[in-house]
Amino acid sequence: MSVQTQDTSHFCKAPQIQEIKTDLLIIGGGMAACGAAYEARKWAPANMKITLVDKAAMERSGAVAQGLSAINTYLGENTPEDYVKMVSNDLMGIVRDDLIYDVGRHVDDTVHRFEEWGLPIWKDHSTEGVPLEKGGKPVRTGKWQIMINGESYKTIVAEAAKAAIGMDNIYERVFIVKLILDEKEENRIAGAIGFSTRENKIYIFRANAVIMACGGAVNIFRPRQSTAEGMGRAWYPIWNAGSTYTMAAQVGAELTMMENRFVPARFKDGAGPVGAWFLLFKAKAMNALGEDYGVRNKDLLQAYLPYGNSKVTPTCLRNHQQLKEMREGRGPIYMDTPTAMKNLFESYGNDKKKCKELESEAWEDFLDMCIGQAGFWAGMNIAPEETRSELVPTEPYLLGSHSGCCGIWVSGPEDIAPAEWQWGYNRMTTVKGLFTAGDGVGASGHKFSSGSHAEGRIAAKNAIRFALDNKDFASTITKDPKTLADEIYLPFINYENNKGYSTDPEVNPNYIKPKMLMFRLNKLMDEYGGGCGTTYVTNKHMLETAFSLLDMLKEDAQKMAAKDLHELLRCWENYHRIWTAEIHLRHIYFREESRYPGFYYRADYDLIDDANWKCFVNSKYDSKANQWSVFKKAHKDLVPK
Amino acid sequence: MPSFVIAEKCDGCKGQDKTACQYICPNDLLRLNEEKTKAFNQETDQCWECYSCVKICPQQAIEIRAYADIVPMGGKIIPLRGTDSIMWTVQFRNGNIKRFKFPIRTTPEGSIKPYEGKPEPTEADIKTSNLFTEIGKTLPVPAK
Ligand SMILES: Cc1cc2nc3c(=O)[nH]c(=O)nc-3n(C[C@H](O)[C@H](O)[C@H](O)COP(=O)(O)OP(=O)(O)OC[C@H]3O[C@@H](n4cnc5c(N)ncnc54)[C@H](O)[C@@H]3O)c2cc1C
Ligand code: SF4
Ligand code: SF4
Repeated sequence: MSVQTQDTSHFCKAPQIQEIKTDLLIIGGGMAACGAAYEARKWAPANMKITLVDKAAMERSGAVAQGLSAINTYLGENTPEDYVKMVSNDLMGIVRDDLIYDVGRHVDDTVHRFEEWGLPIWKDHSTEGVPLEKGGKPVRTGKWQIMINGESYKTIVAEAAKAAIGMDNIYERVFIVKLILDEKEENRIAGAIGFSTRENKIYIFRANAVIMACGGAVNIFRPRQSTAEGMGRAWYPIWNAGSTYTMAAQVGAELTMMENRFVPARFKDGAGPVGAWFLLFKAKAMNALGEDYGVRNKDLLQAYLPYGNSKVTPTCLRNHQQLKEMREGRGPIYMDTPTAMKNLFESYGNDKKKCKELESEAWEDFLDMCIGQAGFWAGMNIAPEETRSELVPTEPYLLGSHSGCCGIWVSGPEDIAPAEWQWGYNRMTTVKGLFTAGDGVGASGHKFSSGSHAEGRIAAKNAIRFALDNKDFASTITKDPKTLADEIYLPFINYENNKGYSTDPEVNPNYIKPKMLMFRLNKLMDEYGGGCGTTYVTNKHMLETAFSLLDMLKEDAQKMAAKDLHELLRCWENYHRIWTAEIHLRHIYFREESRYPGFYYRADYDLIDDANWKCFVNSKYDSKANQWSVFKKAHKDLVPK
Repeated sequence: MPSFVIAEKCDGCKGQDKTACQYICPNDLLRLNEEKTKAFNQETDQCWECYSCVKICPQQAIEIRAYADIVPMGGKIIPLRGTDSIMWTVQFRNGNIKRFKFPIRTTPEGSIKPYEGKPEPTEADIKTSNLFTEIGKTLPVPAK
C-alpha cells in the first residue's frame, strides 16, 4: 500500500489556464469522434481549425480499446428499410426511423474505409483477398454482422483520424467537465472546459461548433460480476461515465428515451459477448435441465404483442425469458458450446485442420475484444468444445449505439426527417451548434462501431456546414477563468482543507472520497432503480426513495475530495454519473409502463401500453430555474413495419 | 491487481519522455513511482483487463493476474503484438497451453493516407446528404 497512499497533493496549486480558440471542437476520441475528425477536415476550408480532446489516448480509448471481433452493422445486400425494421423491432417500436435509415445508407462506406486503412475483414473463400468495395463477400455471422480480425481496430481508426487533423490539434488526457453556453446569444454553444489529468492545467476551448461524443455510461449501477477487485470487469467500457448525457443536459439540450437501458446477457463473470456464439457457431442457450428456455417460455411473449411475435425476438424479451428460468430455480443458464462445436466439427467431416481453425476462431472472438473472458476460461480450465459456460444478465448500462437507445434528441436528415424532427443541421441537438453521434444520439440504437463512426462523419459534415453558415460568430464567455478553475479544483480544496484532521486520509468526516461516493450511487441505483439486486424491478415508491437518496448524494458530492489528479478525474466522472443516473430515473418514473421487460420492470405498471405510451419520452433541464421537465413526444413510423 | 508490473523487468521507460503504460491506459491506472522508477497499477479494482498496457510495454514487464475474487489461480494470457499479427499464449490452470496467431492489420503502421485518391468536395456538395467519399452517388430515401 505504501506507494499508493503517498501524498501527491502538490497539484492543488493554482492551475495554469490555457485558452484555445477553434472552429470545431470534437469532444471524445472514440469511434464517433474519429469518424467526425476524418470527415470534418475534408469539408472545412484550410483556415478552419479542428480540435479534438480525449480523456485518454485515442489509440486505445473508448469501447473499442481491446479491439472487436465483428463489425455489427454492415448492410451489404440488405436495404436501409430492412435495417430500420430490425432496429425498431428490437427496441420495442419506439425509435427515430429517419436517423436509423440515415446510418443505414452511409455505414457501408465507412466500413470500406476501415478496410482500405488496413482492417482485416474475413472473406468468403470464393472472394478471398477481394475488398468489400470491389465485390468481396464478407463472412456474415448474421444478417447485419461481419467478422474481422479486429485486435487493432481502434488503433487503425485512430491513426486515420490523427492523420486527418494532425496531432498538433489533438489534446489527449484532457477530461472535459462541462460545456459552455454563449453569454450573448441564447441557447448557443460557445465551448467547453476541462482539465489535464497529467499536469496542473485547465483548458478553456472556445468553439463555433462542438461535436460531443463521449460514449455511454458505466458504473452507474452496482456491478454484477463482483464488488471487489473483479468489479473492473464491466461489459461496457468502465471509463465512460455518462459525460455525454450529463454535459448535454446541463446546457439545456433535450434528451430522449433516457429510460431505455441495456442489460446484456453475457458469459458469466467475464462478461464475454455472445454474438459470435449464437450467430457464427450456432450455439443454443439452455437452462440447467438442458431445455431451450426460448421454446419453454414462448407463451410469455404473447403478453407483449406485436413485439412478442416478431420473427426475431427482441433482446429484452429474451432476457425476460431467461429471468423466469433463474427466478423459478432452473438455473444456471448455459451456453451449450460443446454441442455447437461438435456439430460444426461433424459438418467438416472432423477434418483436423478445419477443427483447429474453428477452435482458434472461438478463442479469437474473446482475445480480440474481451480478453478477461479468455482469462476466465483459462483459470477455470474451460475448453469450449468440452465444457459449457454460464450466461447471466449483467448490470444495466446506458448507451445509444449498441442494443440500447437512450441519448440526445437531434435534428434529422433533411431529405428524410419530417418537419417536426428537423431544425436545421443533421445530428444537431436542440442547442445551437452542439452536435452529437454514436452513444450520444438517442432513439437510434444498433449502430455499433461502424454506425457510430458513420454517424460521427454525418455530424461532422453538418457541423462544418453550421460553422461556415455562422462564420462571424464570436463567442462571449466572460466568466472569470479563475472562478471556473476553482470549481474544477474544488475536490482538491476539500482535501487540502481537511486532510490534517484524521490520521487516515481515507476516513475523514469532513469529506468523501470518490470511490465511496460511487459505491453509494451504485447501491441506491441497484436497490431502488431496478438493478440486479431486485432483478431489475422498481416502482413509484422505490423510485421516490432513490430520488431522496440522490438528493443527499448530490449535496455530499460537493464534499468529494481528491488527493491527486487521478482522484480528481474520478470525482468528475462521478459528477457526470450522478446526473446521468438521475435522468435515467426521472424517465423511468415518467413512463407509466414497462416498455422493456427483461431490461427493467415498473412493477406498478407491468405492461406495455401502446395506446398511451407508444411515444418518445423527452426531458429538458432548465438551469436558470433548476427545474426538470419530462414530457411525451409523438412517435411516427416512416418505414412501414 | 489485474494488471501488475514485474519489478525486475520494468525500467520506468528510461530514456523516453513518458512511460508507455501510463500513456496508453484508457482508465488512467498506471503510474510511475518516481523514487523507484517503476510503474504500478494505482487502482486495481478499476482495471478492465483490456491488455493495452501489456501489449505496449517495451520490456514485457506487465502481465495480468486474473481477478482474484472471481477466477481460480494459475491461468494466464500473454500477448505478443507484432507489426502485422499478434501471438497469444493461453496457459490454463491445469498447465495446458494453447497458442494462437491472428493478423492485426494489412497495412504498415503509420502508413494511412486518409485522403489519397479521394474526391475533392465543392461548395455545392456541402448542401447534399452525401459524405465526401460518396459524392456523385444517389442516396436512397424511404419510399413515401
Ligand atoms: C465488449 C464490447 C463488445 C462490442 N462488440 C461490438 C461488435 O462486435 N461489433 C460492433 O460493431 N460494435 C461492438 N461494440 C460497440 C461499439 O464499440 C460502440 O458502439 C462504439 O464504440 C460507440 O462509439 P462512441 O464513439 O459513441 O463511444 P466510444 O467509442 O466509447 O468513445 C468514447 C470516447 O469518449 C472519451 N471520453 C469519455 N468521456 C470524456 C470526457 N468527459 N472528456 C473527454 N473525453 C471523454 C473516451 O475516452 C473515448 O475516446 C462493442 C462494445 C463493447 C464494449
Ligand atoms: S511501459 Fe513497461 S517498462 Fe515502461 S514504465 Fe510501464 S511497465 Fe515499466
Ligand atoms: S489492462 Fe487496460 S485498464 Fe488495466 S491497467 Fe492495463 S491498460 Fe489499464
